[in-house]
Amino acid sequence: MRDVLTIAGYGLREALRRKVFVVVLLLTAAFLALFWLANHFLFENLANVGPPIGVDARTFAGATIFGLAMFGTLFLGVVLAIFLTLGVVSGDAERGLLQPLIVRPVGRVTLLFARWLGAVAVCAPYVCAVYVATMLITGLTGHWWPDHLVVPGVELAAGVAIVAGLSLLGSVFLTSTANGIAIFMLFGAGLVAGLVGTIGHGLHSHQLERGAKIAAWLLPFEALYQDGLREITSKTSGLTGFLLELGPFGGAYTGGATLRVWAAVYLVIVGAVAAIGFTRRDL
Amino acid sequence: MSALAVRGLAKRYGAVEALAGVDLKVREGELVGLLGPNGAGKSTLVKIACGLVRASRGSAEICGHRAGSHEARQSMGYLAELFRFPGWYSADEVLGLHQKLAGSEGGERERAELLELVGLADARARRVEEMSKGMQQRLGVAQALVGSPPLLLLDEPTSALDPVGRRTVRVLLEELRSRGISVLLNSHLLSEIELVCDRVAILLRGRLVAEGSPAELARPRGVEIETDDGTRLFEGASREDTPRLVAELVGAGRKVYGVRVLTSTLEETYLEAVGGETS
Repeated sequence: MRDVLTIAGYGLREALRRKVFVVVLLLTAAFLALFWLANHFLFENLANVGPPIGVDARTFAGATIFGLAMFGTLFLGVVLAIFLTLGVVSGDAERGLLQPLIVRPVGRVTLLFARWLGAVAVCAPYVCAVYVATMLITGLTGHWWPDHLVVPGVELAAGVAIVAGLSLLGSVFLTSTANGIAIFMLFGAGLVAGLVGTIGHGLHSHQLERGAKIAAWLLPFEALYQDGLREITSKTSGLTGFLLELGPFGGAYTGGATLRVWAAVYLVIVGAVAAIGFTRRDL
Repeated sequence: MSALAVRGLAKRYGAVEALAGVDLKVREGELVGLLGPNGAGKSTLVKIACGLVRASRGSAEICGHRAGSHEARQSMGYLAELFRFPGWYSADEVLGLHQKLAGSEGGERERAELLELVGLADARARRVEEMSKGMQQRLGVAQALVGSPPLLLLDEPTSALDPVGRRTVRVLLEELRSRGISVLLNSHLLSEIELVCDRVAILLRGRLVAEGSPAELARPRGVEIETDDGTRLFEGASREDTPRLVAELVGAGRKVYGVRVLTSTLEETYLEAVGGETS
């Protein structure tokens, strides 16, 4: 355990030194400021909006803008996770930083796990903090609160932990640049698949819905995000609920317990493949 | 038990055969120099011994443990040819990190001793990014010594050092030998190897082509005898021939003023072994 903490601390200090946190905190501050401004004007003008009969304008506006905030939170968390992990194996090996650590009696699997843990120890609290901050902004400004307060935030954090795992796996086989590009593209592909699924749901297209479901199982960070979106309006029904399910920042799918178990299993599989690949790799 | 025992070690990178069945031993307290042109397989051999690279065939053991195993890594220190420490760490912090990873309980005293040993006592708080390449290399040697391992694997430890730095490392290697630490030194600097190593192994295209002490590897080049008639060179004669040659000259009425047994230098032996190959 001491080795894990030592390596995790080493990784965090590296990130601190590279000013990753400074950049992320500045971007987050800008994001939250803009989000507050958007909420302020949105709910200020809500009284002038004449929604169709059966649509609760405040719920619709609150859920949509908070759904947007969840996307922003996921994106920032993913950026942080990728930049903390994209060069852990290949990048550090190319720079000669890895070899002195690897020859110590620590073990490659321990090193990999510690680096993942270090990244998650930063990303998960960060995502949760931004999630809570945006929820407070929307709640206090617009007097709208999600139907479930905790689960969506935890699911976003879990999604980012999966991305960190994928990025670590990529770092075993790809150079830093290639890995960064690959993971961002994977993240983008997941989001697109989620949107396609939402469109499929609206159009009652089983093929689109099925494709989106397969993508969600292959990339469970996207399914967790969709599940989180669904959770914030899970008790909203009627026309408002239907419109929110059409998206883009409302969820049509709920994965439930099966998804959460699969996400955990998926993470273990990713970790196992990364560990096997790293153990067999010549440095 | 040998500190390092390599048997039939082979490594293939795709179509390239980096090692083609090498046998080598480093005994306890022995300082062995590994020589060879670029691409001869020296670094690959050291990396397999460290567990950084997997052998295609054969075996490598460190203090009786399979190379790469937890026990083997506990028994060795390693300095890579191309290495880097995080620039924002101080020299003391680098050693502290490696103490934790090596499970060393030497604490501050061990760190101070190691920095003193490599001539970096005054740079204890200096960040790595503020150090010259030579200082970083000496810090690398200190890092390899964390936890007092019985075997050191040093891959080009003096490549970035100036003559004074090289001398520091040379003195350090002699000090290590006196402490009974075994060292496998991979270096291009023949003079350095000749000065400090007990034994030399020369690799060429993944094969061991020569092995022995510097004296054993040296070829006799003749005996030079200075007489009242001038200096005469007896080509092909060895040290054992000297008394007979002197007796013959004295018997022939010559006055002998000096005798010099000529042997080839390690450089000449090396060049002969590798046939002038550079890569």
